[in-house]
Amino acid sequence: MRKAFPILGVLTAILLSYALYMALVGAPTERTMGDVQRIFYYHVPSAWTAFILFFINFGASVLYLIKRNPAADIVALVSAEVGVVFCTVVLVTGPIWARPVWGIWWTWDMRLTSTLVLWLIYVSYLFLRRFSSSGQTPLLAAALAVLGALCVPFVYFSIWFFRTQHPQPVMGGGGSIDPRMLHVLLINWLAFSCFAFLVCWSRYRLEKLQRDVDHAHALESLLAPRGSVR
Amino acid sequence: MTAPTGITRVTLLKDLRLEWRSKDAINSMLFFSLLVVVVFSFSFDPSAEESRQIAGGLIWVAFLFAAVVALNQTWARELRNQVLDAYRVSPAPANSLFIAKTLGNFIFVTVLEALMTPLFVVFYRLRALGPAWQLLLVAVLGTWALVVNGTFFAAMSLRTRSREIMLPLLLFPISIPALLAMVQSTTAILNGEGARFWIVLLVTYDLVFTTVCLLLFETVLNAE
Repeated sequence: MRKAFPILGVLTAILLSYALYMALVGAPTERTMGDVQRIFYYHVPSAWTAFILFFINFGASVLYLIKRNPAADIVALVSAEVGVVFCTVVLVTGPIWARPVWGIWWTWDMRLTSTLVLWLIYVSYLFLRRFSSSGQTPLLAAALAVLGALCVPFVYFSIWFFRTQHPQPVMGGGGSIDPRMLHVLLINWLAFSCFAFLVCWSRYRLEKLQRDVDHAHALESLLAPRGSVR
Repeated sequence: MTAPTGITRVTLLKDLRLEWRSKDAINSMLFFSLLVVVVFSFSFDPSAEESRQIAGGLIWVAFLFAAVVALNQTWARELRNQVLDAYRVSPAPANSLFIAKTLGNFIFVTVLEALMTPLFVVFYRLRALGPAWQLLLVAVLGTWALVVNGTFFAAMSLRTRSREIMLPLLLFPISIPALLAMVQSTTAILNGEGARFWIVLLVTYDLVFTTVCLLLFETVLNAE
């Protein structure tokens, strides 16, 4: 497994470079928005990656609640952290895109609001992880993750209805997409997913090492003869 | 008296009795709410027409902050007297304690709402254009949504650093759909529009989250 990481790293770097080239140069220029539209190739794949990571967090949390498997807990932590990073990218690239195209940085439309609330829920999860000092943090965090994930459909549904009642222009709305653009979009998504996987893997190893070190320290303090513990 | 309902009743009555004698929570909630209303009044000086649009939001923000005050002290007494350890060791089901605490908080916040609502009506010259009984329904459902999640998160925050700030940090994001529903339904009823979707959403939210909190509370209590 150790050898796979650098190989995958090189492959991901190549993929990301290719995706970057395709996004900035290779993809056809959009008719109305011009080159500003190219941020779309970062905005959308980041969103999809974030959603997948949050879903993984939910799965890992449920697994932890059922089986108390420590690896599941680390996966939950890692996927939440990396998911929040990608969600932040979405929330930053969105306004950057919106400003030249629609003249405003932010609006409380359906998609933006839902993404912001999703971000808030998972940031609160990370706060619990950070601030909880009990040895049972994984259990509490897993419970919170389940509640948060269950909240997501309510968030989307309620904001959808809210915006149906009080309509606003939909930002980055649907419509068909040029197949060449779709191709570039999917390449970027693949590159981002590989990158996310690498970061998660690296973070997982880091967290596992940290826990092993803490465990070893604790064991040493327990087993050391009295008087010799610093 | 080891039946679950017996335990719930005993715990609830104990909390109510203690609160009735000291009136700590209700006094602090009431005063805090009043202060929030006064500060709001510095920013808004609405006509009767405008106030119908914004009052829903203002009322629920004030109640939300007041509920946080109540929720923060939910488990404080138990923590001080090692009651939770005793409870964990006993064969009593954890859910009885949870329901008792939630009902206690629900009663406190409802009393607060009953006292504050006339004040809001007077300050903002409110008059409901829609059926006022629906406002009662929204109040009950909305308060339950806040209180059931809040009691659960209060138990979760017990062993965190900065316990008092942890509760709102956890509660507010998860409560956003319910808050949206509360505010929108109140505004709709005040303006004589339909609030059925929001009320149904609140009912669904309450059912789902009460169930999940009941399922997970034992885990959280023992994790503590």
